[in-house]
Order: sequence, then C-alpha cells, then structure tokens
Amino acid sequence: MHRIRLTLSHLYATVFIVYLIAPLLVMAGAAFNDSKLPSIVPWKGWTTRWFAEMAADDRMMLAFVNTLWVAAAVAILSVIVGTASAILINSISGRVRTMIYGLMISTILIPGIVIGISTMLLWTKVGNTLDTDFFLFGAGLHLSVLGQVSYIAAMVMLLVLARLQSFDTGLEEAALDLGASHAQVMRRILLPHLYPAIGAGAAVAFFQSIENYNVTQFTRGGADTLTVYVFSKVRSGITPTINALAVIMISVTILAAILYELRRRRQERLMAAMAPPEE
Amino acid sequence: MSAGIDLENVCCDFGSFRAVDHANVSIQPGEFFSFLGPSGCGKTTILRMISGFIDPTQGSIRIGGKDMRGQRPNQRPTALIFQNLALFPLMPIWENISFGLEVRGVGKAERRAKAEELLKLVDLPGAADKMVSQLSGGQKQRVAIARALAVEPQVMLLDEPLSALDLKLRQHMRAELRAIQKRTGVTFIYITHDQGEALAMSDRVGVMSHGRIQQIANPRDIYNNPVNGFVASFVGENNIFTGDVGATADGIAAFSTPHGTFRARLGEKATGKGVKLYVRPEHTLISPAQPAENAIHGRVEEVSFEGNFIAIHAVTDSGMKMTAELRNDGSSAIPEVGAQVWMGFDATRAAILPDAETKG
Amino acid sequence: MQDLLRRYGAGLTTIICLLVFFWLAILVVIPNITLFESSFRPYLPVTEVGGPKDVYSFDNYLKVFGGEVEVSPLGFTFLIPVHVLTFFLTMWYSVVVTVLCFAIAYPMAYYMSKIANPRSVPTLVLLIFVPLWVSEVLRAFAWWIILAFKGPLNSLLLALGLIEAPVRWITDYDAVVIGLIYTYVLFMLFPVYNAISSLDTNQIEAAEDLGAPWWKIHWRIVLPHAKPGVASGSVMVFMLSAGSLLVPSILGSTTSQWFTQTINQWFNDALDWNTASAYAFLLLFLCTVFVALAMWAFKVKLSDIAK
Repeated sequence: MHRIRLTLSHLYATVFIVYLIAPLLVMAGAAFNDSKLPSIVPWKGWTTRWFAEMAADDRMMLAFVNTLWVAAAVAILSVIVGTASAILINSISGRVRTMIYGLMISTILIPGIVIGISTMLLWTKVGNTLDTDFFLFGAGLHLSVLGQVSYIAAMVMLLVLARLQSFDTGLEEAALDLGASHAQVMRRILLPHLYPAIGAGAAVAFFQSIENYNVTQFTRGGADTLTVYVFSKVRSGITPTINALAVIMISVTILAAILYELRRRRQERLMAAMAPPEE
Repeated sequence: MSAGIDLENVCCDFGSFRAVDHANVSIQPGEFFSFLGPSGCGKTTILRMISGFIDPTQGSIRIGGKDMRGQRPNQRPTALIFQNLALFPLMPIWENISFGLEVRGVGKAERRAKAEELLKLVDLPGAADKMVSQLSGGQKQRVAIARALAVEPQVMLLDEPLSALDLKLRQHMRAELRAIQKRTGVTFIYITHDQGEALAMSDRVGVMSHGRIQQIANPRDIYNNPVNGFVASFVGENNIFTGDVGATADGIAAFSTPHGTFRARLGEKATGKGVKLYVRPEHTLISPAQPAENAIHGRVEEVSFEGNFIAIHAVTDSGMKMTAELRNDGSSAIPEVGAQVWMGFDATRAAILPDAETKG
Repeated sequence: MQDLLRRYGAGLTTIICLLVFFWLAILVVIPNITLFESSFRPYLPVTEVGGPKDVYSFDNYLKVFGGEVEVSPLGFTFLIPVHVLTFFLTMWYSVVVTVLCFAIAYPMAYYMSKIANPRSVPTLVLLIFVPLWVSEVLRAFAWWIILAFKGPLNSLLLALGLIEAPVRWITDYDAVVIGLIYTYVLFMLFPVYNAISSLDTNQIEAAEDLGAPWWKIHWRIVLPHAKPGVASGSVMVFMLSAGSLLVPSILGSTTSQWFTQTINQWFNDALDWNTASAYAFLLLFLCTVFVALAMWAFKVKLSDIAK
C-alpha cells in the first residue's frame, strides 16, 4: 500500500476515535465548570459543587437505585431465557428452527416504543379482566423489566449461540458414556463451556437495561430510572448535575474496560506460556 | 472384569439407508476385536449402537449376556474412546480422568488417588494438574484411555483413536494399546479403516463393507484366506484376473482368462463365468526363467524401491498390468526396466473369489 | 427436538421449552396481538369498555389522515396530512442516517480489519465500545451541549475562523440526524467489520497484483463480500433510528417531529392508548415493509442477515 494512503487511513482512524470520544470529554468537562448551564464555554472556573448537588438530589439517587434493580433483574432473566433459547436453537433444525430463530431475532428490531405499549396493554388488560389491583398488572418497573427482557434476551441468545457453535457435542456424549446424568452433563460440561458467553451476555443485558428509554417510558408508571430522570432534566431546567452523573458513569465504564483489557492480556500471556510440548 | 458381546441380526436404518445389515458376531470376554472397513461401511454405527447412542432398528445386542435394549449410554458397562478423544478442556487432567467417578458420587480424595494410579498405568505420572491444552497428542491419547478405564468398564470401545497421530507415534501407540489391554484384561472393540492397525493389534478382525460384516477371522486368516474379493482387496494389494471357472479337483480349479489358463484355489461361492482370481504381489514370482505352473510372459515397465521391498511393475504380453514384490534382502536378482521376464504364482497361494456380499 | 431430548433428557428439555415459551409467547407474541387488537377499539372511559360503544373500527387508523398542512418540496405545493408528513420525514431522515452511518463506518471497519495491526485491534475495539456503554440519553445530551448556539462547536469554529457568526445547529432535523448518527454508527461499524474480517486478505492482494485500482478493489472485492454485514448494519441502524424517541426529543427543534413523538403524545399526553396502538402498529408494519422492499431491491436474503 502506498505511504500516503496508509497515512490517510491512520489519520481517518484517529479522527474517528476522536469523534467518538470527544463528546464524552465535553460532557465530562462541563461537570467541573462553575456555570449554571452545562457547557465548557465560557469557562467560569473549576468547581466540584455539581457532584455535591448530585449527591443531594434524592430523586436522582432513587432513580439510580431503581435502575440498578431493574438492570439486575433484566440481566438475570435475560441470561436464563437467552441461554435456554440458544440451547434450543442449537439442537433443532429445519423450518421450525428458521421460524423460531426469526421470531427471536425480530425482537431486536421491533421499535422499543411498540414493545413498551404492547407490554403495558397486555398486563393492564389481564388486570382489568381479572378485576384485580395486584401490582403485577399495573404500570411499574416490573413491567419495564418484562418489556426489556423481551428483546435483550435475544442479544444474550446470540452471544450464547455463537459460543455453542464452538462446542464439541462429543464432550456431552463422552460424559454420558462415563455415566453422568443429563443434569450433570449440563452443569459440569455444557454450562462451564458457556460461562464466558453467559458472563458477556449478563454484562450486555445490564448495560442495555440501564440505557433503555423507550420501553421504560411506556411501562414505568410513576417510577423513575436514571435514563428517564436524565431525560426529564434535559427537557426542564437542566443543571450540570447531569454532567456530574455522566462523569461517574463514564469513569465506571472506562474502569471496567481497563480491567477487562488487563485480564485479556494476562490470559493471552498465560495461553502462550501453556503451549503443549513437542512430541 | 470383562464381558463378552453378542450381536444378533442387528440392523440399523437411517431413513431408507441401511447402515448396518444383519450383523452377527460374538466377541469373547477379554478379546481385542477390530471392525475394519472403509468410511461409510457401518463400523462406527455398530460402535455407537453398542455404546447406546443409537438404537438398533432390529436385532439384539447383549453385553455379558444381558440384553441392552432400553439401556442408555450412562447405564451400560461400556466406555467409549472418541475419535477426537473428547477430553473436557475446562477440567484439569485428574478431573477428566475421575469424571466418571465424580458423577457416581465418589469422594474427592479417592478420586484423586484413582486418577494418579491410572496415570501411572498409562505411563503419564505427574500430569494430574495439567490442563488438556498443555498435553501433546500422544499424551492426550493416554488420558482418554485412563478416563475410560476409571469407570472400570467391562468393554472398551475405541473409535479410530489413533487417526489424528503421526505415523511414528501411531505405531508406538498400537503397541501401547495392546499392552494396556493385556494388562487390564478388558474387552476392547476397536474401529479403524487402517488395515495395518487392525491386523497388528487384534485377536480377531471383522471386515465390513456396505453395512455387512464380510468376514470374521484372526488377522492371519483375513490376509491369507479372504472369503471374497472385497476382503482380499481391502486388506492388501492384488493382481486380479477375470475369467471362468473350469474343472475342479482337490479344491484347485482350472481358471481360463484372456491372459492364459491358470490353476488356483477355489473359494466358496465362486462359480461360473466372470469371477475373479486374486494373487498378492509378494506371492507373484518373477524371474528370467519360465516357472513350472501359471506362467505369464511380460516386460518390466518400472522398478520402484520401497525400502524393505522392491515393487516390480510389469505388463504381460496380453496387455495386463501386474505387480510383483521382492524382498530387499539380496535373495533374488532385481530385473532391469525393459527386461523380458516370466511371472507366475503357486496355485495354493492364489484364490478364485466371489465379489463382496452386499444384500440379503 | 429429538436431539434435545437425547442430549438433555426429558426434565431439562421441558424446562428449556417452557422458558422459550415464556419469552416468545408471553413477552412477545401475545402482547403484540393485544396491541393489534386494541388498535381497532375506540378509546373509552373504563366504565364503557366492553359496552355497546366498544366495537371494532378503523377509526384510530384514519386519524393519520386528519389535519392537513401545506408543503412545497421541489417547488410543487400540495396539502398533506400532518401525521403522514411526520411519518415520511421520519422514514426519509432514517434513511439519511443509515447512509451516512455506512459512509462513516465503512472506512473504519476496513481499517480495523485489514490495515490496523491485528494485535492492537482488541484495544481499538474496546476504545470504540466506550461510548456504546455510556447510555443513549447521555450521548444525545452530549451533543445537545456541543451543538448549543453558544456551545463549544460554534466557539471552536469561530476561533478557527471557519465561520464568522455562530451557526444555529439545532434547527429543523439537523441536530436529530447528527445525534442519531453518533448514537447508532457503531451498530453499522461492527457488522461491517465482522464481514470484512472474514475476507481472505489474499484476495485483496491478488486483485492488487492484477493491477486493480484501490476503488475497484473495494467495489468488486470487499463490498460484495461485506454485503451481508452492510445489510444487517443498515437494517439495524434504520430500525433503531425510526424507532428512536430519545434523540428526536432531546435534539429536535420546534420544526421537527418524529413519528415516535406523535405516538408518545397519544399514549402519555392524550392517554388514548388505542390510537397509540394503531400508530405503533403502523410504525412497525410500514418499517418492516420498507426494510423488506429495500432488501429486495438490493438483492439481500433474510438468511444473509440472520446468520
């Protein structure tokens, strides 16, 4: 490849990364600007008061706690449902597989707004029909969880399915042949193989849930999640407390990314050190 | 502890395809028995039926005299060694070996001790805490054997376990497998498409083709007295003549072909016109002088040096290609390319055989 | 199913099937059927639900055609119902977002799979993932700050002397498109990256060796190979954009309206869930038809996308 084109492509990649990262830096920077409006211009001096105000914002803290509960519930349910679905898809074939698989994938593409409205409609309708006030059948974050699971499970399913495809079914037969029961095969052979994908799936589900707006907006009733709260703040009298929150979320994300990267590099070195002997 | 295995009229159909066709064989306790055949001949299907992963369409399988119908793989006294070994990559070696004990609820200390003991048996001490990815091909082989032995099976089933190894190691592992089998006394059923492997290790060999067992015999008989053309061709090379069977006396028949009339042993079921006569290259004589019987004249086309023997490729005056093999021990003169030679064979060393059985 | 039984036994198979049923039937199919059914019913006070007025009709759908406005694209002036206009503009700008996402993501995808040092790619991927992990609302908010009239972008451009007076970015659909591209470009990048990665580099070298210019290599070798990835990325970005509610709400101007905002108004402001259902169904149905038509036009099979 010509030198100029190589330089240009490196340049493009750099610009692309800057394009992705710069808005986050601007947003983070505004958290430290002593200005009532969230911005980095004009710079009115350093402050940490937005962090203090954020900590004092009870509604935001409540929304934060709600978000964690919802995300944890979504992650657990999605992992269970998604893993079961991947196992099912992996062991059926033909037209039934195409149909079920298509249905599963399509949930990712259904606009969140449709999921939100339909979930809300179904459960309130069941509640009305049964003429009950039981909490399950009214708006609330539990319906947000169900709505979110309906498409996040598909993402977990795809991750687990990809991992399943590298699974040697001979291992299951070998375990059965050695006298293992089906439950033992699942617990000792199949699930350990799937754990990396299940872990990744749980992480994806957790973060997807945190950032969900559409489904939550139509099912939450009066409860807030962070996304909904931030949104309402953006529309009505915004202060840089949101930026302070963003700084914390970005920091957590970057920290997690660094930890992941360090772990990956260590494993790479470990794998290199464990090469089998020559015969 | 070892058990015999009886297959009685066992058939297995996949849709309209009959993978195994009326298999009948009785394997003795403690025997090393091989199923030999090309890929698709049904040998792996037989193995999977014995281990319980496939149910026979008809017929019965008995292990130690007990009918195995309805017994799942984890209930049978068999242990299977998979072609790719199927070692559990996420468990250390000792857990791999003792997995069968773990699922039977054996305590950890006992399992560990058993694993160490078996590692000594397969000559791999000190590997207990390694991971599968740290072992070489031959070492993995031994671990797979140890894992199968750990559950004290009465029958070991081996599905071409050596096919992934290189030649030298494969030959070494043959001897090793045989030795382990003798030491443990467990019945071994071995699946292979490599006739050298089958002949070298087994007490008896069952040669298979198109779902049918063609011949069951000890390795020597399989090679020297094949019952049909398929067995003769699969376990070795041949010079083959097509012709008609004539007058027969004392089991030796006259056999007329376009290349001359020969005398050879008449196999069972080989009668009439258009049958074939088989002569092994090492039983084909070649010399400047005309032999007393079954003489064919020709010209040497190519001489190829194979190490322990020399292959002479010649064409008869009637236009047929023949191969003769001479031992590389200086006992016979090696003809030059282009030399006029006489070829021949001993009537008792050549056989007139029917084609393979395919249906029925 | 036989396979499942053989591998995991009756008990586990039952559990697996029940879980899948819970997902697909209870969380997906039945709610959508309910939505479809509700969309044909009138919005009534609770006491009248199931009463004589509760009959099926197309009234909710016909509301799309109420209230006409005058538009004059390309010099032709005509009247068009305002919700229909909103719908068309939503579609149109979603297509614009999709095309621009591809234009931005393709060179980067190619860079990552064929030019960058393979050892640094995992780090690169991780770096790119950071904005994806940060929530969508914050990403839109970041651009709300940047694009403000007195915000950093105008300050920067003024300081560089590229513009002489501040530009009003949050006007019409401009900021919405900018925000959607930033939010969804990674959904284009990764499928295309995966697709190009599976292309044997020898093919590119062979084409180069045969004297093909760089644009021809991309047009004839790389793009055809990457087509399934481009297709799934495009479907993803289009559906996400058309279905987005956050970005158009935060970055929209007084003159922009996204179809999802209309649905939101029916549902959360007018509390008319039935009309909201009808509109939501229209969005889902027409987007699906549009994607199907686009796939047909570009000769992409469904199986290419859903590997």
